[in-house]
Amino acid sequence: MADTDAGAELLDLYEQMVIIRRTEQAAHDLFLSGLVKGTTHLAAGHEAVAVGASAALRPDDYVFATYRGHHHAIARGASPEECLAELMSKATGICKAKGGSMHLTKADVGMLGSYAIVGSHLPIAAGAAWSATLRGTEQVAVAFFGDGATNIGAFHEALNLAAVWRLPVLFVCENNLYMEYTPIASVTAVANPAADRGPAYGIAGEVIDGNDVLVVRDSVAAAADRARAGEGPSLIEACTYRHFGHSRADPATYRPEEEVKAWLERDPLDLARARLDELEVAKEQILAADERAEALVADAVAAAKAAPPADPAEALTDVWADGGAAWRT
Amino acid sequence: MADVITYREAVAEGIAREMRRDETVVCLGEDIGAAEGVFKTTVGLFKEFGPRRVWDTPISEQAIIGAATGAAMTGMRPVAEIMFSDFLACCWDYLANEIPKLRYMTGGQVTVPLVVRTANGGGLGFGAQHSQATENWALTVPGLKIAAPSTPADVIGLMASAIRSDDPVVFFEHKGLFASKGEPAPPDHVVPLGEAATVRAGTDVTIVALAATVPTALAAAERLAGEDVSAEVIDLRCLVPLDVRTVLESVARTSRLIIVEENPYQGGWGGTVASIVADEGFEFLDAPIRRVASACVPLPFADRLEDEVIPTVDKVADAVRRLAVF
Repeated sequence: MADTDAGAELLDLYEQMVIIRRTEQAAHDLFLSGLVKGTTHLAAGHEAVAVGASAALRPDDYVFATYRGHHHAIARGASPEECLAELMSKATGICKAKGGSMHLTKADVGMLGSYAIVGSHLPIAAGAAWSATLRGTEQVAVAFFGDGATNIGAFHEALNLAAVWRLPVLFVCENNLYMEYTPIASVTAVANPAADRGPAYGIAGEVIDGNDVLVVRDSVAAAADRARAGEGPSLIEACTYRHFGHSRADPATYRPEEEVKAWLERDPLDLARARLDELEVAKEQILAADERAEALVADAVAAAKAAPPADPAEALTDVWADGGAAWRT
Repeated sequence: MADVITYREAVAEGIAREMRRDETVVCLGEDIGAAEGVFKTTVGLFKEFGPRRVWDTPISEQAIIGAATGAAMTGMRPVAEIMFSDFLACCWDYLANEIPKLRYMTGGQVTVPLVVRTANGGGLGFGAQHSQATENWALTVPGLKIAAPSTPADVIGLMASAIRSDDPVVFFEHKGLFASKGEPAPPDHVVPLGEAATVRAGTDVTIVALAATVPTALAAAERLAGEDVSAEVIDLRCLVPLDVRTVLESVARTSRLIIVEENPYQGGWGGTVASIVADEGFEFLDAPIRRVASACVPLPFADRLEDEVIPTVDKVADAVRRLAVF
């Protein structure tokens, strides 16, 4: 019975990861076909971090992501359709086409934004956690960030403040080995760019397999439990790898072939499938999950393509709380 | 109630009034708690409201403003202090890229009701990194409201509006005015954001001023009254929303406009006021618009040098005289 439950739960997490993978592939294809403007930072390969973490959180917890944040929006409950519509500048976009790929937000499910200034959202997440303690809600806040963010001041200021104030905040680094195009190891003095910095602030850093969705889930669940119990912040460094380049059409030729090969062999979807086999989940069920995810994203692409473009009048709304943009009499 | 109150006392009083009426108002900043603020602008707050409402922070401007942002997004009304407005540069990411853009770039999903208070301006000999008038920095970014009161009563009235606002407000407290005295504010005193005050009526020339340049402009106007020049003085009180209507109505009567601003001429807020009046009030004008602003150099230390740079009564009076006979 326990195995059946575990199998059903993992199958659900697996399906969410496939939905994210298919959405990212769709975003990539739409970009190459000219239907997505600007830039994208795809998270294919990082799915287990978002889905595993989300599985461990309460519905009212807060999540803050980076410009590589599609996976967090979807894991938290945003639909592929509203995300792709945003990327395609459609009126039905999740941020009314005012945010774009780098700013996906779904506040009503606690996904409080994707931030495109590296590290800026760590203090903001600390503030949301501070607010939770002031209001006595036992909510936690989670900031996801890349390895590159560990060398910016806001990371260090946030860790110190969170530790001093014992805030219920989880700092989750998605270490994919590259800060944009440069190996993180070549610009960082310690081996684990996030976890090794924790002790300086009295926070134990934990390095985990970020491609194993259950490992992520369990690590985040334990950290969230500590936070809710008043034991303060946690710092988790989840090791993962991006399947696409940094952004747009970056072919990521700066990554050694052997390294890419080794990481692709540890694809989070493959790892989850192997675990599903161990749990004796039927092949047909896995196939059905694949097919549902594929169909969902195909429908999302079609709906986003068919949606009306953003109305130019929208450009002059939503600056102020009254909905307008008036700055003078 | 005391007959007079100082500007610095008004800051603490304004915050305390809002903390009493709304439990979601919390303060954070460097030395603001037990130490009661380096400028003594938070005297009594820690004692009355305790450490759950008044939080001392490390010297971490990004953490202060970032934490205020996250708290504001999730149901609180934080009032964050940045000790000197020069230090806004240390957390400028939040004022330029995060706070003013969060509502917009999320399509209206997020509200950021916070106040960033900061001690602004020169005249005290603090040198180049502790004396700048930086209100024009905030004016460069759409999405921030900007208040800069000149009297104790306005400090209290504008603080009430700023804290109650669902929009982010940068609240510039002028260092040169902290010791100044004025009438206390009546209970429940609220000054709406974006309403200028005509603080002296006149017929020959309109002087538009803000914060510490208001008493400078008033002193110049007083001096000129003895020379048969009648100057009207408008205290803008806020830069966003900008009360252009009051300025245009005054210029329609006086036909002459002088703008007195402490920030540098280069990029100063007076340029925005001048461009609007040139655009929408050109037919009212009988003379060019003049700006008395700080010289475009860093703020020097010595009094004699600082006076050379920032607007003074002599400089304003001189400019008005020349404009009156144009």
